[in-house]
Amino acid sequence: MLDDLDLTEYEPVYTRPESFTDTIMRYCPGCTHGLAHRLVAEVLDELGVRERTVCIASVGCSVYTYEYFNCDCVQAAHGRAPAVATGVKRVRPDSVVFTYQGDGDLASIGLAEVVHAAARAENITVIFVNNAVFGMTQGQMAPTTLPGQVTTTTPRGRSREEGGYTLRVCELLSQVEGVAYLARRVLTSPGRVRAAKNALRLAFEAQLEGAGFSLVELLSACPTWWHMTWREAFDWIDQTMTRYFPPGEFVNWRGCGQAKE
Amino acid sequence: MEDRSGATRKLMSGNEACAEGAIAGGCRFFFGYPITPQNAIPEYMAEHLPEVGGVYVQAESEVAATYMMLGAAAAGTIPMTSSSSPGISLMQEGLSYMLGCELPCVVVNMVRGGPGLGNIAPSQSDYWLATRGAGHGDGRCLTFAPYSVQELHDWSAEAFQVAARYRLPVMILGDAVLAQMMEPVRLRPRGEAMSLDREWAVGGGLKGRERRIVNSLWVVPEVMEQVNLRMKARFDQAEAEMVRFEEVGDEEPEMLVVAYGSMARVAETAIGWAADEGIRARLLRPISLVPFPYAAIRVWAERVRLVLVLELSLGQMVEDVRLAVEGRCPVEFYGRAGGPLITPEDTLSVILSMAGVRRML
Repeated sequence: MLDDLDLTEYEPVYTRPESFTDTIMRYCPGCTHGLAHRLVAEVLDELGVRERTVCIASVGCSVYTYEYFNCDCVQAAHGRAPAVATGVKRVRPDSVVFTYQGDGDLASIGLAEVVHAAARAENITVIFVNNAVFGMTQGQMAPTTLPGQVTTTTPRGRSREEGGYTLRVCELLSQVEGVAYLARRVLTSPGRVRAAKNALRLAFEAQLEGAGFSLVELLSACPTWWHMTWREAFDWIDQTMTRYFPPGEFVNWRGCGQAKE
Repeated sequence: MEDRSGATRKLMSGNEACAEGAIAGGCRFFFGYPITPQNAIPEYMAEHLPEVGGVYVQAESEVAATYMMLGAAAAGTIPMTSSSSPGISLMQEGLSYMLGCELPCVVVNMVRGGPGLGNIAPSQSDYWLATRGAGHGDGRCLTFAPYSVQELHDWSAEAFQVAARYRLPVMILGDAVLAQMMEPVRLRPRGEAMSLDREWAVGGGLKGRERRIVNSLWVVPEVMEQVNLRMKARFDQAEAEMVRFEEVGDEEPEMLVVAYGSMARVAETAIGWAADEGIRARLLRPISLVPFPYAAIRVWAERVRLVLVLELSLGQMVEDVRLAVEGRCPVEFYGRAGGPLITPEDTLSVILSMAGVRRML
C-alpha cells in the first residue's frame, strides 16, 4: 500500500537526521537507546557540526554506536572512551568529540577515566545512558543498580551486604571543577524528551564554546532485563528510579545551575 | 656545546636523551604517568613539548595514557608514552586495542626489577613482555633495545618513522641503568611534527572524503582473520627490513656471546679481557629484539663451539637464541634476576668457566 503512495504530494515534517546512517539498530523493543541516539543526531544536525564530529563508541549495548552515527567514529575499550576522546580532542581541537557510554561502562570500569577527563576540563561531551543494569551481558548488577533491585548477580536484591550502595554519577561529578555542563534527564514523556534534547544541545554548546567538560545522564528503560513491559519500565523510571536519581541541571557554565526539572 | 662537525653535544641522562630524541623525531603528543625510573621523560616532555607546539597530558593511570594514545593515533599523529615494568603491564590492554585498530605509537619501557612492585633497580626481565606481549591477541610490538644514551636518543627519534611505516606499536626497551646514567649525546636537530594526514585518521572534517571508523570489533571470524593477516603482512615486512644488530670481538671465535642493552655494554668489556686470557670470544648484540636477528646468530652457530647468552633475568632472550641455533651447538646461559647488575669481572669469570679454563688464583 505504501508503494502506491505518491510522496511528492507530502511535505516531510519528520525525517531521518543527516547525522544518522540508515543502519537498522540492534536495540531491544522498548529500549530508549534509540531515542537517545536520535536526540544526539538531531542536535548535531541543528548545530551543523556533523562533518567535524568524532563519536567515541564504548562497550555494552551501545557498542555499535559507530554504525549508527554518520560521522567519524572510534571504538574504545570498556570504560576508556573519555581517555580516547581526550586523545582525539588534543590532536584535533577543532573537532566536536563526544562519547556515548552506558552505566556499566562509565560508572563501573570507566569511573576513573570520566572523573579525570572532567577534572582536566577536557572539551568533550559525554552522553551517559543509565539503565541501572549491565544490559548487553544480560542484566547483572551495575554500580547504578538501586537498593533492593533484583538482578542476575543480586538475586536477593541489592543490599549493603550484597553489592553495596548505589553510585550517583552526576552528584559525584558536580563536585569536580572543570565541569561546564552537567544534567540528568529522563525520556518517558514528550515534554521530558524535549528537556533531554535541550540538555544535549547545551552540553555540545559548552564544548563549542570551549567551556570545559559536559555530560548529560539519560535515565533509560531496559524492559528486557528489568523483566517488564515498556509501560511498566517507563513507570518504574518515573516512580522509582527518579527518586534515587533526581532529574535536574547540576552545573551550567552560563550560570543557571542547580535548577531542578 | 658544538663538536667539530657543528652538531650540538650535551651531557644528558638516558631519560632526557630519549625524550629529546622523540621531539627531534617529530613527536608532538605525549601522554605520561609517573613511575620510577623513567620520571625524567614525562618531566622533560612537560617542559619542552610546548616549545614546539606539542601537547603533554598527564594521564590518571597508565591505562588511560594508552587510550589517550589510541585516540591521538586515531586522529592521525604518532603518539608516545613512557613507563616502567609495572606500568607497562597495565598498558598491555591498550596496546592490544591499538594493534586491533591498526594504529601506531611509541612506548618506552625503562625496565625495573620484578615481578610485582619489585624495585627500581635495572633488569631485563621484561623481554617476554616486550617481545611476546602487547596484550591479548596475535599482535606484537616492534621492539628495539639501545645500549647507550646516544642510542636511546637515536632510536627514540627513529621509532616514529618505524611506527608510521609499519603501522605498528614500537617499544624502546631500556632499563634503570640506561635511563639514569649520563653520557655525552650528539643531538639531532628538532624535526617537523609528524603529519596528521593519514588514510585512517578521524577528525579534520569530512570534506571530500567518506566518514572513517577506527575499530577493533570484528564479529565475523573471517573478517577478524583478515585484520590479523594485514597486521602479519606489515610485521613480515618489518621483519625483512628492520633486523638490527652489532658485532664486536674475535673474527674467528670459539664462543659467541649474545647480550643486549646494559648487559651487552658489560659483555663488551668482558670479552676484551677474555681475549687477554686467550679466549676467542665475539659479542653479537641484538638491537632489534622484534624482529630478532635469528639468521645472524644461526650463521655463527655453525662456526663456534658454544653460544653464551647473558641477561639481567633468569633466561628470557635465551629462548630466542635457542630458536636461532636450532641445536647446532650448545647454548649456555648466565643471568641474575630482580635488579643486581652483573659486573665485567663476573662476566669474565662466566666466560672463562664456560670456555673450560680454570683461572689460576
